[in-house]
Amino acid sequence: MRQFGYERPTQIGAALAAVGAPGARYLGGGTNLVDLMKLGVENPELLVDVTGLPCDRIEPAAGGGLLIGATVRNSDLAADPAIRRRYPVLAQAVLAGASGQLRNLATVGGNLLQRTRCAYFTDVSKPCNKRAPGTGCPARDGEHHNHAILGGSPHCVATHPSDMAVALVALGAVVHVLDGEGAAGVPIEELYRLPGEEPDRDNTLAPGALITGVELPPLEFGGRSAYRKARERASYAFAIGSVAAALAVSDGMVSGVRLGLGAVAPVPWRAHRAEAALLGGPATEEAFAAAAAAELADARPLRDNGYKVPLLANLMTQVLTGLAAEVRR
Amino acid sequence: MQTDSQVTLTVNGREHRLELDNRTTLLDALREHLDLTGTKKGCDHGQCGACTVLLDGRRANACLVLAVAAQGQEITTIEGLAGPDGLSPLQQAFLDHDGFQCGYCTPGQITSATAMLAEAAAGWPSAVTPDVGADRIDLDTAEIRERMSGNLCRCAAYVNIVAAIEEGAAR
Repeated sequence: MRQFGYERPTQIGAALAAVGAPGARYLGGGTNLVDLMKLGVENPELLVDVTGLPCDRIEPAAGGGLLIGATVRNSDLAADPAIRRRYPVLAQAVLAGASGQLRNLATVGGNLLQRTRCAYFTDVSKPCNKRAPGTGCPARDGEHHNHAILGGSPHCVATHPSDMAVALVALGAVVHVLDGEGAAGVPIEELYRLPGEEPDRDNTLAPGALITGVELPPLEFGGRSAYRKARERASYAFAIGSVAAALAVSDGMVSGVRLGLGAVAPVPWRAHRAEAALLGGPATEEAFAAAAAAELADARPLRDNGYKVPLLANLMTQVLTGLAAEVRR
Repeated sequence: MQTDSQVTLTVNGREHRLELDNRTTLLDALREHLDLTGTKKGCDHGQCGACTVLLDGRRANACLVLAVAAQGQEITTIEGLAGPDGLSPLQQAFLDHDGFQCGYCTPGQITSATAMLAEAAAGWPSAVTPDVGADRIDLDTAEIRERMSGNLCRCAAYVNIVAAIEEGAAR
């Protein structure tokens, strides 16, 4: 690990000013950044610790939703009574990720900006277009059983690793961002970008921009939501496929639906096509399966990750069918 | 650029002043600078839980926490769990149930379980809690296994670890 400076400002203005220094990076809980520094993937010259900033609360938002501060720890988010009641999909997604120890450290802002766990990205002895642009992508012909089936490019097929972000995409969260230009609300889908020819850029944030919070809209059917994660062991592993869903049914017809998919794309994937196929139609298992198939029609699996297509189709169908059954009860 | 810091760490109720390179993790500060070697270094990447300590009563992987960032928090290690009257109930339960083989993961297991029981008592749900909105947690075997999944035991003494924690929870 290279040597670095360390600052822990207690005011947001001071944090923005400090991160203006060359090679400066924000530090949240450190569960990803410190690990990447040990591996030599990240080499910041200055760490600006944001955990002293006044962004550590969950409170009602003006629009009727909730505002989650960026430095709220993952475990506090999952334990929050209002989150558990109004947006159970979010609590479930957070609890499906990492371990109790890591969730106690990890912040909401850091969770959003964590890097891919692609083994080529984290191994500095290997080429990787995301870590070292232009060096190539060994994953396409190499070890890629957990890589993207949607949204990848010839330059990168790594997946976004977050569970939490999949639920936030489904809920239509808005990310509060502060930079030199001022404050802005960025819909979470616009925070992330597909790799295209620049896989080193995970997101659309300006250099030095600070995430101060995440706002959940007052989604009325958010209480009827669930997260389901498939992984290679029962606990404490990244997803090989996951689904975040919220569903409203009236007179047997879908009157509201939100779907997010995890571990299938370089970004947490909002399943717009499936949502459009379902809205106004019957809330039946057949309709759910057809919508899932529509969403996955553009999937382009690689040699060893074709299993994700039926896996995600089945997960989507199962989660929506379960939520529809809850509605009937 | 200043790359080292004057660091004050409060460990097991005692204050320590250290001059540390900013790269020093809390784990290395405890083991190499304070001779508190009960906290173990396993993977050093947050994957095994051997380095689990408590920060203000909450369990955390000391290998991923920079020592300079741990200032101002009450740090508790395995050496700080026993009271004046002897072992903590969980420590005694691990002995009674033979909750280990080689013992390397044991400090992390016990420290983690100590905080895990507090999380469950506070009503925190887990990934296997049937209703994430429920007020009370029924801390059965499935809950204990899920909540302890961040602590690996390469000897696979899990059966006895779970039994020890079940008894520790009851004491």
